[in-house]
Amino acid sequence: MKKIPQKQIHKYLRHNKSFPHVWCPGCSNGIVLGGVIRAIDEMGYEKDSVAMISGIGCSSRMPVYVDFNTAHTLHGRAIPHATGVKMFKPELNVCVITGDGDATAIGGNHLIHAARRNIDITVILINNNIYGMTGGQYSPTTPAGAKATTMPYGNIDNTFDICDLAIGAGATFVARTTAYHAMEIQNYVRMGFEHKGFSLIEVIAACPVIFGRLNKRGDASSMMRTMKEESKPLAVFEALPDEEKEKFYPRGVLVNIDKPEYTEKYANLVASLQKKEEAE
Amino acid sequence: MAKKKKVKAVLMQGNEAISYGALAAGVNFFGGYPITPSTEVAEIMARELPKRGGKFIQMEDEIASIASVVGASLAGAKAMTATSGPGFSLMQEGIGFAKMIEAPCVVVNVMRGGPSTGLPTDPSQSDIMQARWGSHGDAPAIALYPDSVLESYELTIRAVNLAEKYRTCVTLFSDACLGHMREPVVLPDLSQVKIIHRIQPTLPPEWYKHYPENPKYISPLASFGEGYRFHVTGLAHDAHGFPTTRPDEVARMMDNLRNKIVHHTDDLVQVEAIAMEDARIAIFAAGITARAAKKVVVALRAKGKKVGLLRPLTIWPFPDELVKQYLSDVKGIIVPELNQGQLSLELKRVLGHRKTRKIVEVQKNTGELITPQEIINAMKEVH
Repeated sequence: MKKIPQKQIHKYLRHNKSFPHVWCPGCSNGIVLGGVIRAIDEMGYEKDSVAMISGIGCSSRMPVYVDFNTAHTLHGRAIPHATGVKMFKPELNVCVITGDGDATAIGGNHLIHAARRNIDITVILINNNIYGMTGGQYSPTTPAGAKATTMPYGNIDNTFDICDLAIGAGATFVARTTAYHAMEIQNYVRMGFEHKGFSLIEVIAACPVIFGRLNKRGDASSMMRTMKEESKPLAVFEALPDEEKEKFYPRGVLVNIDKPEYTEKYANLVASLQKKEEAE
Repeated sequence: MAKKKKVKAVLMQGNEAISYGALAAGVNFFGGYPITPSTEVAEIMARELPKRGGKFIQMEDEIASIASVVGASLAGAKAMTATSGPGFSLMQEGIGFAKMIEAPCVVVNVMRGGPSTGLPTDPSQSDIMQARWGSHGDAPAIALYPDSVLESYELTIRAVNLAEKYRTCVTLFSDACLGHMREPVVLPDLSQVKIIHRIQPTLPPEWYKHYPENPKYISPLASFGEGYRFHVTGLAHDAHGFPTTRPDEVARMMDNLRNKIVHHTDDLVQVEAIAMEDARIAIFAAGITARAAKKVVVALRAKGKKVGLLRPLTIWPFPDELVKQYLSDVKGIIVPELNQGQLSLELKRVLGHRKTRKIVEVQKNTGELITPQEIINAMKEVH
């Protein structure tokens, strides 16, 4: 893994207009942004060849800061916008920045169908277990019993396992890591870009100002420590006895399979139809 | 027998005409979702686009359809979708987004009876107001409505052209009857039809502004992957597309969205006036209903009655000036429409009240069409 010098990041940022950023102190989004940029640098992509699309939410404010082709779209709709971009210009490297609410609640339908289609989009899903932008309402990943402004007595709703959801829907590359494991973010996002097909990288993130305060999780650094303690590399996790597994969650590449990619299949269709026309 | 050069007419359905019109206009992306009575458009595009190197995708719902259309438009496509009432409702947020970020695209709405699931296979004109006010927030709309199969073809080309020129989402209306009706049509010679493409930027990327100040409000538009690396957001934005809450920048953005439509009504508005020169009674009707009105005009003129028809081809922006010009001094105006009074509401807004002029509304929203006789009957109310 190539470590790029800190200065190198500035090549990819829009310094002219869009800073300072909107994120709270201690927010994990900046760490993820750094990882995504380093992964793109590692891939050697031209800035013109990258399209970054987001929905609505804290994480979705990311595209404005980076010097790519960027769109900050509608709540939940980043993936279908990205689908249109990728379908029309498959040569672009299309990634989506989204969050737990954006991608699995309001945008859940689009997530599963893009995964089913196996279209070559790299989704970086920052899971902070809460709606931060609107001030702390529970999301489909708010843990059982956790407090949110719309679950003031503790969450009684069931939760999604985002990676399981993506795998179940047919995603061909699925990985999970945490904001604590910054190098893993870079690594998995790079692997997501390398992967031909739909890829989803879930990054467990800290929202100390909203989720942390509501649930007495301490400051950003103690939330980061929790990520380190509660997550286990996949092989370590799988070796745990069943009763231990409940205390931890696995990190790593959970699925990585080859399957024909949608825009390639469509290009083949176009080529075969045009050949047929020529023959006639 | 003198030999005439025969121009070949083809039997074509309204929805077919929309599809072939779109292809003629250069539409090269279609993202859609099946819904009666618009589905034929998606079916034809699915068959024809890949043959021509274009892209078709059936999305998981109408929300995703409009999103894919906007995404493709950002990437440089002439993008379109087709739907009907329920789908049009679902698309409203996406249509507002397309207007906000100025992404050219066309939404075809083959109107059916509503509200809700309503009358899926029956015609209606009850989405007239939705095309203008359906999305939240202020942003003017462009909407066109043909009254024949041939005009469906022509106005589809025009809708695509206007979307490209004005960098906005254009609604093309049809209805269940017009969309499924078959007529013999002689398609225009495409070499004579003007096809408009968005203006390409010529400035170097570092000087490019996605929303430049322009006294004519018609600006070049870059696409993803061409070196311009612009940003779009549904948030209020400045000339570069970056979010802003500065009142002066927000005002400029809002003015731009508004003025690019209202300063070009001459270019946007089209009406057809039939026998209006000396008309005492005028019928004001659009789309399928105008066909019954045309029958009425022919029948009553044959009897020497001074009846005319004013038909808007452009529903939005509403033809205020032409309505005033043609209809201010008539004795009575009959407004037949397949809804509870949407065109007539606009008409009253424009003309106001006048004692010597009566506006008679003929409305139906049962899935049936308004007959010529019903329009004639309504004229008895004008004294």
